[in-house]
Amino acid sequence: MGNAGIRAFTTLVYLFMFAPIAVVVLLSFNSAQFGSFPIEGFSLKWFEELFNNAAIVRAFQTSLWLAIVTAIVSTTFGILASIALVRYDFPGKSWINTLLVAPVLIPETVLGVGLLLFMLWLSQPRSLPVLMLGHILISLPYVVLVVQARLVGIRRVYEEAALSLGANRIQTFFAITFPLLMPAIFAGLLFAFTISFDNITATIFWRPPGTETVPTQIYGMLRNSISPEINALGTVMIVITVGIPLLAGALARYFARAKP
Amino acid sequence: MAEATAQPISFGGKTSVPSKAWQLLAPALITLFFLLVIPMLIIFVYSFYLFVDVGVDKPAFQFGNWIEFFTDGYYHGAIWTTFRIAITATVVCAVVGYIPAYFIATTTFRHKWLLMLLLILPFWVSFIIRTFSWIHVLGNQGFINATLLSIGIIDEPIKMLYTEGAVIMGMIHFLLPYMVLNIYVSLEGIDRNLVSAARTLGATSWQAFREVTLPLSLPGLAAGSLLCFVLSAGTFVTPQILGGPRDFMFGNLIFDSLMDELNWPMGATLSCVMLIMLGSIVLIYNRIMGLSQVYKSFR
Repeated sequence: MGNAGIRAFTTLVYLFMFAPIAVVVLLSFNSAQFGSFPIEGFSLKWFEELFNNAAIVRAFQTSLWLAIVTAIVSTTFGILASIALVRYDFPGKSWINTLLVAPVLIPETVLGVGLLLFMLWLSQPRSLPVLMLGHILISLPYVVLVVQARLVGIRRVYEEAALSLGANRIQTFFAITFPLLMPAIFAGLLFAFTISFDNITATIFWRPPGTETVPTQIYGMLRNSISPEINALGTVMIVITVGIPLLAGALARYFARAKP
Repeated sequence: MAEATAQPISFGGKTSVPSKAWQLLAPALITLFFLLVIPMLIIFVYSFYLFVDVGVDKPAFQFGNWIEFFTDGYYHGAIWTTFRIAITATVVCAVVGYIPAYFIATTTFRHKWLLMLLLILPFWVSFIIRTFSWIHVLGNQGFINATLLSIGIIDEPIKMLYTEGAVIMGMIHFLLPYMVLNIYVSLEGIDRNLVSAARTLGATSWQAFREVTLPLSLPGLAAGSLLCFVLSAGTFVTPQILGGPRDFMFGNLIFDSLMDELNWPMGATLSCVMLIMLGSIVLIYNRIMGLSQVYKSFR
């Protein structure tokens, strides 16, 4: 295969990745009564319908809260653990490292069943806090992986310089370590937020009866038929989950450039 | 990472005590202990419980669930389907994913960052949206059928949705970025001089690729394949949305026995089976290749 062939094939792969998603966005603006082809005309009515649908709005609020709390907790836990793994030497370290990232390679279905049965075994009802703990479990290994990679790049000499110039440990942390950690914290938060906001497989097992997150809401709606509302909901989700990281990245780049 | 971890911490000349490390690790380890370690043990314990009635079970130590699993062909059929679908999706991803990974790694295109960004972008689009988007492509009123009907090539829509093919398609769509990213990471790490050296020594560009680039990128290819296989073999959502009633994967059996039949002991047994099957694949892989390459692509 020549260079032109490789380029053409790569273009096709990108097309394959984005075309179906583009179709969802396209159909969400379709005025037809059914959520599929043919396209009849441009309309925003499905978005309007979306905002008037109490169940969907509630699911959005649940998902948002869940993702925010999950992001904060698992980033905090993940950063502390990563600092321990990157900066300290202790017996059993490689085992701990393996355990921390293990959930990545355990099928989510099994993770879901595990926590569910644990709750049954304890005779505890499924509740929102349990769902939140589950999301922390799922996002934690990714946060550890991402944050560790960023932490390795932070040189200890900066901290040592601050300490030798007379700053105390707390001053050093807030003046040196914390600003240097910022990109890692940011990456962790973003990663955990997206994972929680997107999660469907394990959430189906963990959600309390009657509680829906946006993905489980879509999943439930799919059982009937493809309504145009699903497309509109999909479009809103895409704007949020793609738009936030893109905006964050662009802002980070802007501020990095603005620095003297 | 090795050199960074090797040095002991020294604040003001003092070498710190490991107990500090355990304090930092405590929140994460406690979380994993209660949400991962204990639940996995509970699954195992539950697999010996006795199913009494829908939603009712009795603590026991008996092998009924395991005997049922080993003797009932229904379960074995699902294992076969699962492996067939997961292997097909993984192989297609490996073949199709290699080319864009190679292109991104070797291109002199000035806006390479854009190609990378577009590669990562699908990860941010919700899994369920990416999955159901295929209904719009493959369905009876979907893009392909609507187009073919309107041009007049076909008179009746072709049945593509709710088939095994649709399930595999949805999985490939979901898994391909993982594969491309893994292959890309390992292609990026290859010393370019090696290919130049091979060319200088008289190899054609195809020979140089086959003898130098391809073998050196195998770790990435293997890591991507492991990830794709585990992710596709473990799911039940894709077959539920894109598959027909016959496209039952192992995950669907687990879901059904737990959430529909409320037969928790059987659900636990099947979860054990899945964990053992996929876990042993991961362990074998770890023996041969090591897992560090798998985690590289997430960084």
